[in-house]
Amino acid sequence: MRREGSPLKGVGTVLAKEAADHLTSVRLWLLEGLMLLAAGGAVYAASGRIRDTVSEDPFLFLSLFTVAREPLPSFVVFLGFLVPLVAIALGFDAVNGEHSRRTLSRLLAQPIYRDALLIGKFLAGLVTLAVAFATLWLLVVGLGLLMLGLPPSGEEVLRGLAFLGVTLAYGGVWLALAMLFSVVFRQQATAALAAVAVWLLFAVFWAMLAPLAAEAASPAGPLGALERAQLEHALARLSPNVLFGEATLALLNPAARAFGPVLFAQLEGALLGSPLPFGESLMLVWPHLTGLVAALILIFTIAYVLFQRQEIRA
Amino acid sequence: MSAAIEARGLTKRYGSFVAVEALDLRIDEGTVFGVLGPNGSGKTTTILMLMGLTEVSAGSVRVLGLDPAREPLEVKRRVGYLPDAVGFYDDLTARENLRFSGKLAGLRGEALEARIREVLERVRLAEAADAPARRFSRGMRQRLGLAEVLLKAPRVAILDEPTSGLDPQATHEFLDMIRGLKAEGITVLLSSHLLDQVQAVCDRVGLFHRGRMVLEGRVEELSRRVLGGGFQVTVQTARPAGPSAAAARPAGDGVAAALRAISQVNRVEPAGEGTYVVHAERDVRPAIAPAVASSGAALLGLAMRTPTLDDVYAAYFAAQSREASTPEVRHAA
Repeated sequence: MRREGSPLKGVGTVLAKEAADHLTSVRLWLLEGLMLLAAGGAVYAASGRIRDTVSEDPFLFLSLFTVAREPLPSFVVFLGFLVPLVAIALGFDAVNGEHSRRTLSRLLAQPIYRDALLIGKFLAGLVTLAVAFATLWLLVVGLGLLMLGLPPSGEEVLRGLAFLGVTLAYGGVWLALAMLFSVVFRQQATAALAAVAVWLLFAVFWAMLAPLAAEAASPAGPLGALERAQLEHALARLSPNVLFGEATLALLNPAARAFGPVLFAQLEGALLGSPLPFGESLMLVWPHLTGLVAALILIFTIAYVLFQRQEIRA
Repeated sequence: MSAAIEARGLTKRYGSFVAVEALDLRIDEGTVFGVLGPNGSGKTTTILMLMGLTEVSAGSVRVLGLDPAREPLEVKRRVGYLPDAVGFYDDLTARENLRFSGKLAGLRGEALEARIREVLERVRLAEAADAPARRFSRGMRQRLGLAEVLLKAPRVAILDEPTSGLDPQATHEFLDMIRGLKAEGITVLLSSHLLDQVQAVCDRVGLFHRGRMVLEGRVEELSRRVLGGGFQVTVQTARPAGPSAAAARPAGDGVAAALRAISQVNRVEPAGEGTYVVHAERDVRPAIAPAVASSGAALLGLAMRTPTLDDVYAAYFAAQSREASTPEVRHAA
């Protein structure tokens, strides 16, 4: 049976309202504040270390994002941790919140499809994440200008923007996941806990589980070593955190030219330590970016299908 | 008169549970129809199917000639829906809540603002227009819900349990507003489990029981069909002064017999000392006085009671439960 009318009617209205809600919510400002603190600390520490070891590095500015000084982790590591939390905070009560406020049936009685509600909410979350990350990014760059006293080069800006794009895709995956849980679980607390559990799994435990699983799955002995390393790497990459980590590494550290196990034969003729051009680095992380976007679309689609089939009465 | 809502064989199943079974319903344009029934009898499910908010398992439904499953947007543009225990965004004001709904309904700009002022005025919330919805009482929320229904100038308004949880004053006001809808020519479908209220505003009622509409018609028709008689007169008599108590007893029975002898009286039930309830097909009050006098008793009072839906309801479900419990009684014996 074909439905009449556009499923996108009302998306803009929902988007505007939800984005306004997000941007004025205490929840977002708390997390944004936390991110600012973390970023400020990490960048301050990094700039101190960069000044101590001033080298001939042509990408001095980018190392602001990646250099860490004990005990603080680097800015990108902080982001890898905090971005999922912000995204989860924006999405975990998207649908079940409307249920519990008893506004869902009233909204859907307006001449819009359910599609508009879910898509509008998702886009509003993405817009909010984009605003939050762009703000943070600009602040870090500004802080870097002040502390290092030198402007970023054109390529550094490009790489920085690509990094921003990857961060948004990464945030989008977690936003989609949180919204999926908000459709599946009627209780907002359950949805939030489930999302945080998945976050913990990938942020902490995945790095320990992947080698174990690879070891169990591949034959022992020296012959299986490469195979095992490759399997382990493939398993690890199922985690969006690993994808994000590798992608940011390649974008912010132009000298990075491969991930995972590399054979000596493959290194023949390579100028180790010399930077790759931006285009090459982008080629290197293209699969990661594709993977993140694919995960985002897949999870959102599952949430979409479940929401369409859901009964709206409590 | 054309039908605003028409359903044929409408059925909704959740797995093996049948929520609504083979419902036939016709609501004429411009009338107020009451859907009555205990909680869980399929009222809300029926409403959701009319709005296209849940899939129909079998049967067909037309709302203003449109199929809600195929053209839900067109249906929802013309039909206002006030859900059971409606909620609003607590952080937004009444006006902002309405603005959001109005935009979703396709209204824009000054036309929308003017319309919002108008409907808030109508439901008497103009003064609370800029207060956040979290401060609203239950009655105010219901009125805000009605304002939202009116916002899109609907041809049909579907109100699910609009008066449940309201105090008598708020209920009275709300029912007045529903009468106002009818005066405007809006078709109203009202669901409730509170019978007297439905009776006060509805042209026709349908009685739901376990997913079926077991009775449908005007209130008077229903009472005739279920109670077996449309009129109920309470007669108070006293024994004539003088004779002893022993002599009075046959006289008392004489009153009942005399009442029963009146034409078109169906039943006479004793209701306490010297009091009788007479069920009749017509208004038998003129015949009662001579009948009581002829039996030798004195007539103290006559009170006519038109049966309410409450009586219909109680009688119907009493009959149902008698049928249901008969096997158990036999079992016990």
